[in-house]
Amino acid sequence: MLSYHTNTDPDSVEVSPLIDVQQLRLRYGSHMAFEQVSLPIYAGQITAIVGPSGCGKSSFLSCLNRMSDLVPDCHVDGQIHLAGTDILHPNTDTLLLRRRVGMIFQRPNPFPLSIWENLALPLREHGNIKRNRLAETIETVLRDVGLWSEVKDRLRQSALTLSGGQQQRLCIARALVLQPEILLLDEPCSALDPIASGIVEDLIVRLRPRYTQVVITHNLAQASRIADQVGMFWVQNSVGRLIEFGTAQQIFASPNHELTAAYISGGKG
Amino acid sequence: MSSLASLRQAKRNDWCLINSLRILASVTALVGVLITVFVLKEALPALQSIGMLRFFGDDAWYPLEGQFNLVPILLGTVLTALGGVAIATPLGLLSALFCQFYAPNILASSYQRLLELLAGIPSVVYGFWGLVVLVPKINQLHPPGQSLLAGILILSLMILPTVALLSTASLGDVPKAYLQGADALSLSRWTTLTRLVIPTARSGLITAIILATGRALGETMAVLMVCGNVVQIPNSVFDPVRSLAANIALEMAYATTDHRSVLFISGLVLLALVGLLVMMASVLGSEEREKTRGI
Repeated sequence: MLSYHTNTDPDSVEVSPLIDVQQLRLRYGSHMAFEQVSLPIYAGQITAIVGPSGCGKSSFLSCLNRMSDLVPDCHVDGQIHLAGTDILHPNTDTLLLRRRVGMIFQRPNPFPLSIWENLALPLREHGNIKRNRLAETIETVLRDVGLWSEVKDRLRQSALTLSGGQQQRLCIARALVLQPEILLLDEPCSALDPIASGIVEDLIVRLRPRYTQVVITHNLAQASRIADQVGMFWVQNSVGRLIEFGTAQQIFASPNHELTAAYISGGKG
Repeated sequence: MSSLASLRQAKRNDWCLINSLRILASVTALVGVLITVFVLKEALPALQSIGMLRFFGDDAWYPLEGQFNLVPILLGTVLTALGGVAIATPLGLLSALFCQFYAPNILASSYQRLLELLAGIPSVVYGFWGLVVLVPKINQLHPPGQSLLAGILILSLMILPTVALLSTASLGDVPKAYLQGADALSLSRWTTLTRLVIPTARSGLITAIILATGRALGETMAVLMVCGNVVQIPNSVFDPVRSLAANIALEMAYATTDHRSVLFISGLVLLALVGLLVMMASVLGSEEREKTRGI
C-alpha cells in the first residue's frame, strides 16, 4: 500500500537518515493503533506528519522519545535507530534519550513556576551549571525563540501570566536548554490563535537546520509551507498506516496515492 | 407556539430548581447558625456570673466547688490533637505520594480501599483497642498507661486515613500536562515531586491537614477511653490528660446550673478552635488560587 517516491530532486544527495524507522507498530492492549510504519527522518530537516484524527500520528511521535513507555498497556514493536543506537532496546537509557529528543505538546504546558525557573529547572537538573552560565544560556534560548525582548523585564513572574503563544514558545525554549538534536512537535499550533500560530510556525522554520524536527499538523497549508518531508497517515481497517512518504513538493504536487490526493485537495478526511 | 410553551415550561422548571436549592442551602446554613447561637445562649449565664478571666485564672478544675480553670483541659486537647497530627501528617503524605507516583496500580488501589475501611471504623472501636492493647503496653513502659501518649497514638491512627485520602485526591488533581512535561525533559522523580507536584497540590495538602486537625480536636470517645482524664498540665507524655470533648462527655450527666453552663463554654471553645482552623484553610486556599491565576 505504501508508496515511496524515488528521489528526483537533483539538489539533494542521497544521505543516510538520522532516524530510521522500520516496521514500527504500536498497540494499546489489543487495539492496534498503527502498523507497518517505516520512514526515514533526515538531519536538519522538518518532517511533517499529516493525516486525519485517530490515525496514530501522536502515538507514532511518542515512540521516538519512548514517551510511549509511560502509557500503561502500550506495546511497541519494530525498530527505530537514532544514529546507530536502537531507541526501542530495553537497555536504552530513556533519560538520556529524552535529552537528545525533546518534545513539545499540543497544549502549552509551562510549569507553574517563574519564567526563569521554567528554564533553570531542567538546566540545573542536567549538570552543575554555574550561575553566570545559567543566565547566559537562558538568555540565548529566549532569544532563539524570540521571547527575550517580550519577557526580559519579568523573568521572575509566573510563566502562567504569558499568553498562549508566548507559553508555547517558552515550552520550545525549555526543550532547547537541554540542547537536543531532535524536536518532536505534536500539533504545536493547534491550541493557538492564528497570529500566535504564525509566530510559532516562523520559529519552527528558523530552528531549521540547527535541529531536526518532526511536526504533527492538521494544517495542510502549514505542512506545505514548512515541511521538507511529509508522511501521510491514514486509517485502513481501523488501523493507522503510513500510506505515502516523500518530499513536500512530491506529496503536494504529484501525490501517488489517491487518498493523499483526495485529502490534499480537501475531498477527504 | 408549542416551542414557546416548552420554553415557558423549561423556565418554570428552572425557577423551581433554583428556589428549592435556595431553601435547602438556607436550612443547612441555618442549622449551623442555630447550633452556635444555642451553645452561646447556654454558655452565657456562666460567662456573666463567673467571667471570662476565671476560666484561665482559677486554682483548678473543681466545678462542684466553683473552681473552673479550663487551661489544663484546653492544653490537653491541643497537645493530643497536635501530637496526632504530627505523626499522621508525614505518614499520610508519604503514603499518598507512594500511591500516586511509585506503587504499582494493584497495590495502590488495595491500599486505598484499606484506608477507606480504616476511616469507617467507629471511634469507640479504636478506643477499645487502645484501652486493651495500647494502654497496657505503655503501662509496661511507664505507668499508668492511660496517658497523653496513648491519646496521641490513637488519634494519629484515626486521622491517618483523612490525611492520606485527601492528600491522594489533591495529588491526583495535579495536571497531567506538568508530569508529561517533566518526563519529556527527563526530570528526576525527586525534582518533579518537590518542585512541581507538591507546590501545585499545596493548598489541598494543607486543607487535608487542617481537616484532620479539626477531627482530632473534636474526637471524644477514643480519647476519653485512653487518656486517663485527669485534669492536669502534663509533665511528660506518660501523664494522663483530659480533653474538652471528653470533659463534656464525662460531666454532663451530673452538671447543673453554673457547672452545666461551663460545660457549654467547653463546647464553645472547641467550636472556636475548629472555626479558627476553617478560617485558616480558606485564607490559605484563596491565596493559593490567586497565585495560580498568576496575580
